[in-house]
Amino acid sequence: MDQIQKTLLEEIAGLHEVPAGAYNIRANGKSVSRNTTANIDIVTKEDKQGIDIIIKPGTKKESVHIPVVLSQSGLTEMVYNDFYVGDDCDVTIIAGCGIHNGGDEMSKHDGIHSFFIGKNSHVRYVEKHYGSGDGKGKRIMNPETVVEVGENSFMEMETVQIRGVDSTKRRTSAALADGAKIVITERLMTHGSQNAESYFKVDLNGAGSSANLISRSVAKEDSTQLFFSEINGNNQCAGHSECDAIIMDNAKIGAVPKITANHLEAALIHEAAIGKIAGEQITKLMTLGLTEAEAEEQIVNGFLR
Amino acid sequence: MLELINLSFQVPEQSNAKKEIIKSVNLQLKDHTFTAITGPNGGGKSTLAKLIMGMEKPTGGQIIWNGQDITDLDVTERAKLGISFAFQQPVRFKGIKVKDLITLAAGEKLSTASACEYLSKVGLCARDYINRDVDGSLSGGELKRIEIATIIARNTPLSVFDEPEAGIDLWSFSNLIKVFEAMHEKRENSLIIISHQERILSIADEIVVLADGAVKAQGAREDILPELLGGTTGCKYYQQEEGTRC
Repeated sequence: MDQIQKTLLEEIAGLHEVPAGAYNIRANGKSVSRNTTANIDIVTKEDKQGIDIIIKPGTKKESVHIPVVLSQSGLTEMVYNDFYVGDDCDVTIIAGCGIHNGGDEMSKHDGIHSFFIGKNSHVRYVEKHYGSGDGKGKRIMNPETVVEVGENSFMEMETVQIRGVDSTKRRTSAALADGAKIVITERLMTHGSQNAESYFKVDLNGAGSSANLISRSVAKEDSTQLFFSEINGNNQCAGHSECDAIIMDNAKIGAVPKITANHLEAALIHEAAIGKIAGEQITKLMTLGLTEAEAEEQIVNGFLR
Repeated sequence: MLELINLSFQVPEQSNAKKEIIKSVNLQLKDHTFTAITGPNGGGKSTLAKLIMGMEKPTGGQIIWNGQDITDLDVTERAKLGISFAFQQPVRFKGIKVKDLITLAAGEKLSTASACEYLSKVGLCARDYINRDVDGSLSGGELKRIEIATIIARNTPLSVFDEPEAGIDLWSFSNLIKVFEAMHEKRENSLIIISHQERILSIADEIVVLADGAVKAQGAREDILPELLGGTTGCKYYQQEEGTRC
């Protein structure tokens, strides 16, 4: 791997070197490095681009890294990664995509990640997106995540996109069985003329299932953001979604929440707030000796943490 | 020393009229002194505190800090010159932790142990608070104490407190008095505390009475406090100005 690819890898996965545990590193459209463990197998798909990640029942405290880096301008790809998580597992999956585009052609990574989670398992899934490079070519990512959470399992999903992605449409859908739980946390910042759209759909099908969807975003300069969320309470369940956004400069932000109760015992809540940084927050930090710009940066960084 | 010279502050009202909130105030506040500013509600106390910190710009007059004219300096510049300000309603932040705020106040990297020390000084069990967000999950009293901890961490030559007693319970209040006593024990820095509370006034060195935007009295606590507390004397300044309002 070259230095640009290594930098991307560090940004999206915090990796300085080869990670411990299972991993598959994809660079410029090809798998360049892979490791499997006794409990976690990674198999290349034969009918299309992508891999199957198979995690044996009872696998505890193991991790899988599957970062993707693109440093070749003009490359576009569509990748399918399927995760099969057995019963009684406790695993962390770190995905993410970094694009460095130093050329004038569009670079694009589209990926569909499907999770099939068994019973009584805990999956933490982290996905970071990052773009760099000063070429005119756009850096585009359209990730889709489809999740089936089995009985009494818990999926924690964290998505972060802070810098450098020109256009992104993120689609996440989840279906939950009895006693299953999902917590989705989105952190998003757009700047320049970037555009980001997030669509979340959660079907609470099982009795005692619950979902908590938290989106925090900052839109700067001329960027635009759109947030859609849909929670369907199809059984005795609890659903909560929260969209909190800071708008700056000439940005535009839209939030379209939808909650539907199809069952008497479904308890659903949505909260949405869009606004600029409160003046008193800036003043408070200025009284501590920060300049207005430093105060703003501190507030934004904290908000997106 | 902090000097306010003919300091005025007006706000526009309807039909081009202007309302005078602060009327040509002249004050000299000596170094290493604890000054309490008191007076009736709406008398201009909080506005005066904000003018000192630079959160409001005066429409006339000057503010001199240690011989330097700071009238045109902004909040950051005044903070860097050694002035601190505790808000009457502490500001909430999503995502900024108590430790972050105290670290920013101290202006240097702090170990968790040092940050905890500041919280302990305001009577908070540090371990329970240090990693919490400074947001709506904290009660008014907790936020107030964290606000005061940021002022202690700054340790500047002048600290201005805008009604520190507002929004806190009685138990917190008696601890608050102890905090101010401790801050003033060594007479190293100056304190200006806007307050209605007799217990705060009773530990001040100097008291300034501000009513209707003007200084009605200023002097040593021993001289001013008995007048404020004696029967209707507390309203004396009101009576002089407003006639029958008391």
